[in-house]
Amino acid sequence: MANSKVKYFLYHILVGGFAILLLYPVIWLLVSSFKESNDIFVTAGSLIPNPFTLVNYPQGWEGFGGYGFGTFIKNTIVFVFWMLVGHLISCSLIAFGFARLKFVGRGFWFAIMLVTLMLPYEVVMIPQYIIFSELGWLNSLKPLVVPAFFGHPFFIFLLVQFIRTIPRELDEAATIDGANTFQIFYKVILPLIVPALATTAIFTFYWTWDNLLGPVLYLNSPDKYTVSMALNMFLSNETVSNWGAMFAMSMVTLVPVFVIFFIFQRYVVEGISTTGLK
Amino acid sequence: MLNSRLQRNLWGYVFIGPFVIGFLCFTIIPMMASLYFSFTSYGLFDSPKWIGLGNYTKMFTEDPRYLQSLKVTIIYVLGGVPLRLAFALLVAMLLNAGSRAVGLYRTMYYLPSLIGGSVAVAIMWRNIFGDAGIVNLALGGLGLDAIRWFGEPTAALWMLIFLSIWQFGSSMLIFLAGLKSIPSSFYEAASVDGANFFQKFFKITLPMLSPVLLFNIIMQTIAAFMTFVPAFIISKGTGGPLDGTLLYSLYLFKQGFEYFNMGYASAMAWVMLLIVAALTGIIFWTSKYWVHYESEVK
Repeated sequence: MANSKVKYFLYHILVGGFAILLLYPVIWLLVSSFKESNDIFVTAGSLIPNPFTLVNYPQGWEGFGGYGFGTFIKNTIVFVFWMLVGHLISCSLIAFGFARLKFVGRGFWFAIMLVTLMLPYEVVMIPQYIIFSELGWLNSLKPLVVPAFFGHPFFIFLLVQFIRTIPRELDEAATIDGANTFQIFYKVILPLIVPALATTAIFTFYWTWDNLLGPVLYLNSPDKYTVSMALNMFLSNETVSNWGAMFAMSMVTLVPVFVIFFIFQRYVVEGISTTGLK
Repeated sequence: MLNSRLQRNLWGYVFIGPFVIGFLCFTIIPMMASLYFSFTSYGLFDSPKWIGLGNYTKMFTEDPRYLQSLKVTIIYVLGGVPLRLAFALLVAMLLNAGSRAVGLYRTMYYLPSLIGGSVAVAIMWRNIFGDAGIVNLALGGLGLDAIRWFGEPTAALWMLIFLSIWQFGSSMLIFLAGLKSIPSSFYEAASVDGANFFQKFFKITLPMLSPVLLFNIIMQTIAAFMTFVPAFIISKGTGGPLDGTLLYSLYLFKQGFEYFNMGYASAMAWVMLLIVAALTGIIFWTSKYWVHYESEVK
């Protein structure tokens, strides 16, 4: 009896202690954002800000180049919005086609889609850049969001797997009731795949929010910067070593990620466990 | 009859149409273009000039930085992926063994994966490994010498590898789901037969988990090979010190968009594709020796 209690205790010391150790850097970042910039590395070992200050947040929020951090957040939200619209519409249509319709070449295109899942972006990066610059799309969101309207293999695959679990009898019943293919998609399947669409939306949000390479390639004026670009610029201007402001804005960019995760945790965990996303 | 078949095909292509069009416009045409550029000398302001295999021979014979980037990337992949998966499996097994509060721990272990790709975390990592950062403080506390993480190419690369290992959470979730699907009767039967922990691990857990493990090894290897953000942020875009963190993607980016050697960068991208394809092929090929599928009859 006592032995099992000791075991229980040791288990939580080990597993819990290791978890705290892993999260320590994030806690340190949070705490440091409440220290004065000059103190951060002098008192790096201490988790209690002394003196406690909020000055870094308004200072970081001022941004740079005449654009406040609010602008960068607004830009990122617009970016996320178009990615969501693009992925949700295109991936659900495409997934329905693959999962439910029989047509010549279905196996071929499905295989192609699975292959593109593993294709390094670098192979298409340069010609895409040239195409988008010929179209006059540089320094706009278009090169980043337009491809989203043509599907994303990860989410198509996720939705196909999900649709395949829905009994076909539902489609057949709707057909007998006189529904055409589009109505089956819209009225029968779409309402049933909401959980998988939620997973798609959440991961689209994460990947867009964190996307750095795309904005680095295509956005070059500060009024269009996303938060990841803005943080990158903070780092480049580090000579003034305003650590506090940089840490504060780093925390600001992490908070939405945490909030979305805690609200929609179930979809995140299920999405990863079933498809191995990320 | 013919009409209905035509209609069926038409509906199919209406639905998957966006994918087909997107694949042609954003994947296959750019891929072909990039293959062509890879045989040319192509700067920002001139048109592509055919130089045959010039870019490819230059990579392996005249460009020590290329070989350096290949070397650090291989170390990054071979150092990061196995350790990351080992941690993921170990922690998944620990969480699977515990009953209470596992949900909270699962969340805590997953958080690094959740935020790991962000610039904020790369900035954080850069600062905890600074000369006066908490990593060196901890080393000092253990009576070890401080390491100049930004002065030593090897140390800087390991700093990146640690960042990759730190994000074992998503693999852990997948393993946890896999472990939960192993029937407990297997373990009970093994216990009755007197099997010890290691026997159960090697005879039940690993074989049952092997398809999931295969999938993870492939996806993580590909993703690790293409890592860009942490190297870009942590070295402030330089790949330094002394090209110690010049990961393949970062060098390719620099060649393409800093030195404007579009042809050379395209050739690098194609070699990358071949390496990724070869790695995937090799891992698949070895899988027949160690991956166990349940339907298999022995």
